[in-house]
Amino acid sequence: MPTVAELERAMKPTWCPGCGNFGMYRALKETIEELGLSAEEFAMVWGIGCHGNGADFYNVQGFHGLHGRALPVATGIAITRPDLKVIVEMGDGDGYGIGGNHFIHSVRRNIDMTAIFHNNQIYGLTTGQASPTSDQFMKTPSTPGGVVEEPVNPVGVSVAQGATFVARGFAGDIPHLKELYKRAILHEGFSVLDIYQPCVTWNKFNTFSWFRDRVYKIEDLPDYDPTDRTKAFDLSMSTFHELTCAPDECKIPIGVFFEEPDSFTYQDGLPQLDRPMWKHAEKPRNISATMAKYGG
Amino acid sequence: MPTQKTIAATGNTVVAEAMRQCAPDVMAAYPITPQTTIVEEFAAFVAKGRVHTEYITVESEHSAMSACVGASAAGARVMTATSSQGLALMWEELHIAAGMRLPIVMANANRALSAPINIHCDHGDIMGARDTGWIALFAETAQEAYDNTIMSVRIAENESVLLPVMSCLDGFITTHSIDRVQVMDDESVAGFVGEYTPANALLDLENPVTHGSFAGLGGPYFEFKKAQREAIERSRKVINDVGAEFSELSGRPFGMIETWGMEDAEVAIVVIGSTAGNVRHVARGLRDAGAKVGVVKVRCFRPFPFAEIAEALAGLKAVAVLDRAESFGAEGGPLFLEVRSALYDNAERVPVIDYIYGLGGSDVKLELIESVYKDLSDIAAGVEAPAGLVYLGSR
Ligand SMILES: Cc1ncc(C[n+]2csc(CCOP(=O)(O)OP(=O)(O)O)c2C)c(N)n1
Ligand code: SF4
Ligand SMILES: [Mg+2]
Repeated sequence: MPTVAELERAMKPTWCPGCGNFGMYRALKETIEELGLSAEEFAMVWGIGCHGNGADFYNVQGFHGLHGRALPVATGIAITRPDLKVIVEMGDGDGYGIGGNHFIHSVRRNIDMTAIFHNNQIYGLTTGQASPTSDQFMKTPSTPGGVVEEPVNPVGVSVAQGATFVARGFAGDIPHLKELYKRAILHEGFSVLDIYQPCVTWNKFNTFSWFRDRVYKIEDLPDYDPTDRTKAFDLSMSTFHELTCAPDECKIPIGVFFEEPDSFTYQDGLPQLDRPMWKHAEKPRNISATMAKYGG
Repeated sequence: MPTQKTIAATGNTVVAEAMRQCAPDVMAAYPITPQTTIVEEFAAFVAKGRVHTEYITVESEHSAMSACVGASAAGARVMTATSSQGLALMWEELHIAAGMRLPIVMANANRALSAPINIHCDHGDIMGARDTGWIALFAETAQEAYDNTIMSVRIAENESVLLPVMSCLDGFITTHSIDRVQVMDDESVAGFVGEYTPANALLDLENPVTHGSFAGLGGPYFEFKKAQREAIERSRKVINDVGAEFSELSGRPFGMIETWGMEDAEVAIVVIGSTAGNVRHVARGLRDAGAKVGVVKVRCFRPFPFAEIAEALAGLKAVAVLDRAESFGAEGGPLFLEVRSALYDNAERVPVIDYIYGLGGSDVKLELIESVYKDLSDIAAGVEAPAGLVYLGSR
């Protein structure tokens, strides 16, 4: 069972000083240690982006492939090794933009894995262009006239598409983030974690202090019921389009929006996924009779 | 005659400038290193009103090329830029653009393909797209990247061609290094490229057309492909004519291949892209010391200038091809395969050795190029040529 120190590779993170990825890195390492996961029990998959550079910093079984394609690769791993806990890290461009189709289909497949989206509302690695979650009208080098489109609402889309675990976190609140990570990893089914991860270099608008002035915890809402999908959807909509407003005018909820504990997972739908593929091979089938029938 | 001013700029800056001067109606793009600044600088032109282009930032390169295809089918002059994985992700649409005869112009910042991930220069991306039906021009310098971009528009839109053109420049080496570039005035470029009159645009209510109808079993698919082959063959003349006209205007030479020292060379290196400059530099030194060495630079890879290559290399004692891309399992890299095939009809057999070099941006030191000329002079003197290709400078 790796400790935080054992989860680190010799290569130190190259993220910019103060980047929100550090908080997420620490929270996930501590979560893995505290859950007592053994190194053989889980695998991580990354997309391409600043978040994906984590592939070089975590000492785990990992896969780092193409921009936007983390979820389908993770799906392949999860159905081959249903015994593994698969943790997928993606960016907002990576997961909601170029890989957005995979996001929707992974949600509806409800395959047992944890999808962590590093949502910095910017393309960090390619130096600061607008992403699918950048605020409307935001000016960036790729959108000097301002973003025309409305941002993707990842929580709303997930809830509407039938996701069985949907949470939003903030990289500036590590203890809270760890709670979300733990619940998501232990949840059986597809868990969506949309994490606001300030990019201190390129997103000068959605900063740590900007979030600190606005976030509040869903747990603190009186009689919020995270098993009520309609309420979850309302909550995701009520706050989403007001992100550019003043702190006293809008608040951003973080925490678990929705959870369906005993959902029907993809693995439930396919009985052969009760054990890893290689275990199927333990009992070689006798095919001599069949072969004989065809003259073999 | 145009007014030209000499500026210090990166390849990407002058490609963006050339695109602005060609005034596309539509640009759709997605960022990827090292293409990014082409599109960012173009976006700034749009925002400042210096070009009237419908500019859209889409969610992937697949969407970018799809939007370009749609816009071009609708009758617009269309441009985009990409690199590496972006080009790979466009692959389906690259065929659509060529098959539907849509004269889209795209800059490609040549970069290695995953896996493993790498962001530096090689030609793996572009060579992987060599059979998509696009015309492919290569730049050695920022100046050539600028010139090629402008010529691409005329070549693509020529009514006997109507094919998409990629204008390729080496990632970082050419895209990001500051170079001395002569830039023409806007009117001269506008006059050179002219107005675009689409041949079979959608949205022509008098003559409605459908692009992409089924051409399967018994349909004209085979003939469509033949027509594409004929068009790219016709493009040879157009490329040379447009190049000659542009040379006259700019005072800068253009050829599908460009040779140096070949008048009396005994051995030569064939090269494509930015390394040509390094090769010429080494060759110049060797010539000063009395060696009869030459350089053949390929500036147009599709259509491949096989007749020009066969002529330039005829009668040599040994030839080296520098390939900055692999074709795993083939006898050599993509450039080697073309060059050796081009030499097949020559009366005398010339030994041709393939050197794979610089993959993923691995350094191309001058000593390595010297070693290639050394191999060639040894072979010319009777030493046996290496069997199979050589990985130049690999650890
Ligand atoms: C097919 C493809 N297109 C473009 C790129 C270039 N690229 C790398 S990361 C990235 C965007 C990164 O943004 P995001 O996913 O939000 O991750 P972040 O860097 O912000 O963590 C892009 C466009 C690529 N690697 N592959
Ligand atoms: S560019 Fe932004 S997201 Fe990337 S490491 Fe720097 S601060 Fe973090
Ligand atoms: Mg991002």
